[in-house]
Amino acid sequence: MPEMCCVTLIETHNLDIRHGANTVLTGVNLALERGEIVTIVGPNGSGKSTLLRALIGAIKPARGSIKQLPGLRIGYVPQKLHIDPTLPMTVRRFLGLPGRHADTDLHTALEQAGLPDLQDRQMADLSGGQFQRVLLARALIEKPDLLILDEATQGLDQPGSAAFYRRIEEVRSELHCAVLMVSHELHVVMSASDRVICLNGHICCEGKPDVVASAPEYRAIFGSGTQGALALYRHDHDHHHDHECDHDHSHEAAQ
Amino acid sequence: MLDDFLIRAALAGLGVALAAAPLGCFVVWRRMAYFGDATAHASILGVALALGFSMSIFAGALTVALIMATTVSTLTGRGYAMDTLLGVMAHSALAFGLVAVSLLTNVRIDLMAYLFGDILAVAKIDLLIIWGGAALVLTLLVWRWQALLTTTISTDLAYASGIDPKREQLVLTLALALVVAVAIKVVGVLLIAAMLIIPAAAARPLSATPERMAAIASLIAAAAALGGLQISFTLDTPTGPTIVCVAATLFALSSLISAVVRPAQRS
Repeated sequence: MPEMCCVTLIETHNLDIRHGANTVLTGVNLALERGEIVTIVGPNGSGKSTLLRALIGAIKPARGSIKQLPGLRIGYVPQKLHIDPTLPMTVRRFLGLPGRHADTDLHTALEQAGLPDLQDRQMADLSGGQFQRVLLARALIEKPDLLILDEATQGLDQPGSAAFYRRIEEVRSELHCAVLMVSHELHVVMSASDRVICLNGHICCEGKPDVVASAPEYRAIFGSGTQGALALYRHDHDHHHDHECDHDHSHEAAQ
Repeated sequence: MLDDFLIRAALAGLGVALAAAPLGCFVVWRRMAYFGDATAHASILGVALALGFSMSIFAGALTVALIMATTVSTLTGRGYAMDTLLGVMAHSALAFGLVAVSLLTNVRIDLMAYLFGDILAVAKIDLLIIWGGAALVLTLLVWRWQALLTTTISTDLAYASGIDPKREQLVLTLALALVVAVAIKVVGVLLIAAMLIIPAAAARPLSATPERMAAIASLIAAAAALGGLQISFTLDTPTGPTIVCVAATLFALSSLISAVVRPAQRS
């Protein structure tokens, strides 16, 4: 796979998705390129998770098509994961599903996800934040071309989720992968994304975070109240994913 | 050596134990206990059909178990909850099976042998079927192990890794039907689910990984099979139920050990 910009990894064409008689998504056209961070925002029930699940192949579209680069490796971090208490599962074992890896690779993946080496801990004994990071580590271990995160910071506190998103940006530069995520935390999202897609049964508007934030479609859904938070958290996104970028993002966060 | 009925019984018990225990772990992890029970109960209809058409009992039981398991897998989520559907299908199949057996006037059969097993009557050909079936189940499980575990944790994680969870479900369904068919002779239709679930449940507190749980469950199942055979021979009790009693005792012991050891570890 050529390591360059502007390789389209996955692309949907006129995607319709139904749950029984309900049409959840209509006419979704979406393309993701290597190296970009794209965030989907939208109200509850707008089809965000459904879209992600269609991209990983868990839901068959009613109409339209999904094209992906042959051999595309997808790392998926679900919204929440319940491991049945009857299933004993160490972190080491969980990271080795479905592909087994050397201990050093596990160590690296845990480090990338911002965790100490807790390979021998039971998954059930992890804190919420550690659990989410282990899910991220598992998604990273196959060195994915595309990382898909579905509200991965649910249950994390504000500093925790801010740190999580900083990790994602670092991971993007390290692995040179595309990142597609769903989030409710607008201010964090806006500062960490190259492109934002506003979804509500269909794509209402998309573009750079500041463009979307001032779009009337976006305002209609989220109001203009988020503008203040946005201004505080915005950082420079003028770098055109040149990937050797030295991360001088000027965080103007209030703390 | 195989001419001794006790040796044949021991080998039959071991064969079933070694196939049922690791599969039983998946039954426990995926909360399919009732599913296993229902498939087993339905197989009595297969026994009746096999006797009626003078086919092999193994083939009859396997066919009905397979039909039952796939029907339930397919129908689930189409208006009925899984347990309702299983309740309807399992008990109807059991009832139809019992009625069908009674209609077979030309064959005099001992129904008890199929309901509770008749391990002491295992012939050499039965041994071949039991070990053949057990080997097939273990091969399936080892071959699909990683994919089965991933699917068990989350179907979405499986999809994202390019695994088809429906195919893995089919593998388990097939393995379950096989275990039911080979276990009828050993523990009987009514107690097959016990051989699936009890060893796995007993192994849980002693295990840190899924593989360890499957291995310990196999050891416990093997110990229950051999111990149960020994005790039933000494006390002249029915063998199938005695095996299950030993397994249940081992479960109680392991629960006791974990209740004593766990708090000590925490402090």
